[in-house]
Amino acid sequence: MLEGPIKIIVPCGSLGAGVHEDEVRRGLEMGAHAIATDAGSTDSGAAYLALGVSKNNRASVKRDLAILMKAGAEAGIPVIVGTSGQAGGDKNVDWTRDIALEIAGELGLKPKIALLYSEQDKAALKARNAAGAIRPLAPLGPLDDATIDACDHIVAVLGAEPYVAALEAGADLILGGRTTDTAVLSSFALLKGAPWGPAWHAAKIAECGSQCAVYRTKGAGVLISIDAEGFEVEPLSLENRCDPHSVSAHMLYENANPFLLTEPGGVLDVTAARYAALDDRRVRVTGSVWDEKPYTLKLEGAGSGGFQTLMLIGIQDPEVLSRLDEFHDKMLAALNHRVQTTIGEAAGDYNISLRLYGWNAVSGDRPPEGTPAPREVGVMFVATAATQEMATQIAKACNAWFFHFPIVEDDELPSYGFAFTPADIERGAVYEFKLNHVIAIDDPMALARTTWIDLTKKEAA
Amino acid sequence: MTTVKDVCRHVRSKNAGPYWVTFDLFFDGPESFEKHHANPALGPQLFQRLFGADPALVRHYPVADLNVVKISYARTSPQGGVVERDMHCGQQFVRLLDVRLD
Repeated sequence: MLEGPIKIIVPCGSLGAGVHEDEVRRGLEMGAHAIATDAGSTDSGAAYLALGVSKNNRASVKRDLAILMKAGAEAGIPVIVGTSGQAGGDKNVDWTRDIALEIAGELGLKPKIALLYSEQDKAALKARNAAGAIRPLAPLGPLDDATIDACDHIVAVLGAEPYVAALEAGADLILGGRTTDTAVLSSFALLKGAPWGPAWHAAKIAECGSQCAVYRTKGAGVLISIDAEGFEVEPLSLENRCDPHSVSAHMLYENANPFLLTEPGGVLDVTAARYAALDDRRVRVTGSVWDEKPYTLKLEGAGSGGFQTLMLIGIQDPEVLSRLDEFHDKMLAALNHRVQTTIGEAAGDYNISLRLYGWNAVSGDRPPEGTPAPREVGVMFVATAATQEMATQIAKACNAWFFHFPIVEDDELPSYGFAFTPADIERGAVYEFKLNHVIAIDDPMALARTTWIDLTKKEAA
Repeated sequence: MTTVKDVCRHVRSKNAGPYWVTFDLFFDGPESFEKHHANPALGPQLFQRLFGADPALVRHYPVADLNVVKISYARTSPQGGVVERDMHCGQQFVRLLDVRLD
């Protein structure tokens, strides 16, 4: 362990969200030993893994990464990034690598870069599955080969060990594939011999940057300081502060269980943790326990579940608005009938849903009897089919009905408010996560692949 | 009649990974927390009725230090799937606000 606490700058909740250069500088002045952040999660859905693209725009990620790489180089401390490019698949990592190389070239930096890939080969996974190494997490059942094949990309969610190994080998910059947020932030402290309970708990608290502080909008980052008995956390913005409530409440965030956090190789148990104010900005946490378990990694896989075509109308007709639920049901039945009579069996396993924005689009529930009608509603038509072409054919078959469907049969045909021409909008594929399984491994490095780019050994980036 | 929104200063919902949804009910003080956090009205059947959840996959965690009860359930349709209406489940809490506690 280092003399004194191990200090790590967590500059933002996610790379690309907006690092504050002055906060990073303050962290360096406070003696930080490393900078660490994740760059994504599953939160925004399966498309980013399935497509291998980032949710953030390139310029935002480049701006943040440039600030961190410059700071790391000036202070001679490592910069650690996990879940690169939002989803941490190989394509997401390579996208981030290219940005880092561009920055290095522009700023004249020569970091030794470790790329930690965590994407998994389907045949190898099937073999491990057949050997009984993969088990499901609720609510999914056992894994079959067809599900593996239905995924476009599959990643293992790495733990801290590949990061510790890369740091030991002298990495200045680590760009990791899919990794638990906590492993990215704890790895440097684990390398330096910090106790595991405080190291993982500090990482969990800091995973969203300043979200564990009192004010969500003041500043972006925090500094965690981990020592032999516990850890401290403080916001990097002088305008913000942490208090025991803001810090302990972060254990609730995006976490099904507020006391236990399952990680590769163990469970963080904060049941007995105590949170105390050190002053008006800093909180000290003690009593965090790491409970070592057999080593497992979670698997994430994403693939397409069909294609969608949309249409959107606005309705202000008071007669329709006074009988919205009835209108919804009648129109949906008419549209399905229309598909069956015009396209028939060729439509395959299709789905049409109508979502009444302004009424019940978000829940789909019937509002209580007597709920007053709004002044207008937007009706979104969503056709899902096995191919984009069929989804669009279904929308086209429904177009006139969707446009003119009357609440009272034989009434003069109404015309609802279409916003666009053409009326149908091809949305592309529907992406779903298809795996919620863990894989047991003996060697924590078994599913990670590390490659190096050492810019000190190249003429120029 | 007391409803959830009468005794909570904040209620929120959010994804907890692609397969779970989690609700945090921040009670307005220790008294409300003690009185209501274990109320059967907030039990698995509520989540079955409102969200179609499997009652066996509803978890209930009181956090006394924060006057919070956290309730999590396994999603019945995949995040972002064919019938998705709330990708991040950020609006699902609204249906809890008017649940009667007595």
